Amino acid sequence: MSEPESDRMIESEPDRKMRARGGQDADTSSAEAIVAVPLRHPWRIVIAVVLLLGLAVFVLDAAQRSDYGWPDVGKYIFDRRISQAAWVTLWLTIYSMIGAIVLGLLLAIMRLSPNPVLKSIAWLYIWVFRGTPVYVQLVFWGIVALIYPVFTLGIPFTTPWVTVPNEIFTNLFITAVIGLALNEAAYMSEIVRAGLLSVDEGQAEASTALAMSWGQTMRYVVVPQAMKIIIPPTGNEVISMLKTTSLVAAIPLSVDLYGVSRGISAVTFTPVPLLIVASLWYLLFTSILMVGQHFIEKRFSRGTGRVKTGKEPAAPEAPPTAGPGAPGVPLGTDFGGKG
Amino acid sequence: MTGAPMVLAEKVSKNFGTNRVLRGISLEVDPGEVLCIVGPSGSGKSTFLRCINHLERVDGGRLSVDGQLVGYRQKGEKLYELKLKEAAFQRQEIGMVFQRFNLFPHLTAVENITLAPMRVKGLSRTKATARAKELLERVGLGDKGDAYPAHLSGGQQQRVAIARALAMDPKLMLFDEPTSALDPELVGEVLDVMKGLAKSGMTMIVVTHEMGFAREVADTLVFMDDGVVVEAGPPRQVLSDPQHDRTKAFLSKVL
Repeated sequence: MSEPESDRMIESEPDRKMRARGGQDADTSSAEAIVAVPLRHPWRIVIAVVLLLGLAVFVLDAAQRSDYGWPDVGKYIFDRRISQAAWVTLWLTIYSMIGAIVLGLLLAIMRLSPNPVLKSIAWLYIWVFRGTPVYVQLVFWGIVALIYPVFTLGIPFTTPWVTVPNEIFTNLFITAVIGLALNEAAYMSEIVRAGLLSVDEGQAEASTALAMSWGQTMRYVVVPQAMKIIIPPTGNEVISMLKTTSLVAAIPLSVDLYGVSRGISAVTFTPVPLLIVASLWYLLFTSILMVGQHFIEKRFSRGTGRVKTGKEPAAPEAPPTAGPGAPGVPLGTDFGGKG
Repeated sequence: MTGAPMVLAEKVSKNFGTNRVLRGISLEVDPGEVLCIVGPSGSGKSTFLRCINHLERVDGGRLSVDGQLVGYRQKGEKLYELKLKEAAFQRQEIGMVFQRFNLFPHLTAVENITLAPMRVKGLSRTKATARAKELLERVGLGDKGDAYPAHLSGGQQQRVAIARALAMDPKLMLFDEPTSALDPELVGEVLDVMKGLAKSGMTMIVVTHEMGFAREVADTLVFMDDGVVVEAGPPRQVLSDPQHDRTKAFLSKVL
């Protein structure tokens, strides 16, 4: 990474010195370019060669090892059961994140509220759900139907008016979505809260002074600016959630990507190729999400002065490779994941 | 001095905890008048300004704008604090310009100006935009409508902020040290816009350190210190012949 940097330094240094001297010879084109032997970095080459050799040995070896079962990978990668399970994983992720974002926003607003009771309840929620493992929480939601077999409505300790059988927590898919969303909401609320707090107080003040209501101030002034802070970590949370869905085995729900591939391998006794198949699908989804995250981040960094938007007629749209995600640089370096 | 005053303050006081920031401010601003407030930092100038549009709650005394009590409603002998919506309605008539501009960085200059007229007054986008362009022209930024605040200089940002406040057609404009955050060479362009505004008959209250501006534009100059009005009068008189020791001490430092 620093190789091109040092090249540029060599070229621009004399220019800057000329200008700094401020002489009559300010025409930089007349300055003689330095012809010098660039600084060598022999260790970089050594390390690169060693790593590449190691990688090549691993790949060649893995290709020949029968335990990886590459023919089986090819056989199952587009298996109908696998692709259907991939859909289940995708929808688990989408529903859980929607639930988590809505609940997280509510918790964030509660924590910022002047009402001490609301504040404490939100704090307690976050304390519990962030402080216990998501696996343990999912096991709990899996057996919660045993603790609450029926839902009742009425005055406590008297005969209830209405009694409904608990059908929410007997549906394992809904249980999984609720379990994942409740856990994720604790993390989302902290992300949203950090975003809202990052917006300068003067913004809300200016908006209030313009006679806008609290809701309008939030919607048109604070939240759009908070989004810039909220979006990147939320993207990481989505990617993280996609992988966390594999823990629904704890409920136990077994129709997701990992559950189904494990189910197939239990019959065929080929666990390794099916793990590879599942991993390839997870990688496909996370890669798509990373690209999506990149474009959303770009959209919400308007007006920061770093990114040109197409709105200014004078500045033609920059080539798509320019910008924060510079050419050759991976779109998101953090794959998310706290578990 | 005829007719009802635009702003009438009677023994206005404000505390932050045990800290008494305003200790009985009484003053009057007539329609069309330009009042400049000077004084050392921490003297309560900005707090008083923020009380006028109810960004801060007044704790004691009476403060009214255009005959209406600020932040409260009187019913018989009792005072009721206004609901947020009612307070917002009162603020429509009062424009405010901040020391640090507080433009909305995610919106262009035109969008900054049109936001409140569209959302609060329900103006159509076409109408609001036309008016915004007119106002930008007036503050000398007719060509900067599509620029984001980050691409404008401090002076240009403050002029957009003035246009934004004017877009609500206020009867009264409050300026909270509008040039204090600006590089010296940019102060003039903002003061020129304010002078033009004063000439057009706008009622203005300006907290400022620009004594030259106060001398030239103000009808009344108020010197505040430690939460009270120490001295008030025509600017030439206060600046050249201060009566009070504290005024003399302050002026000897800034002039």
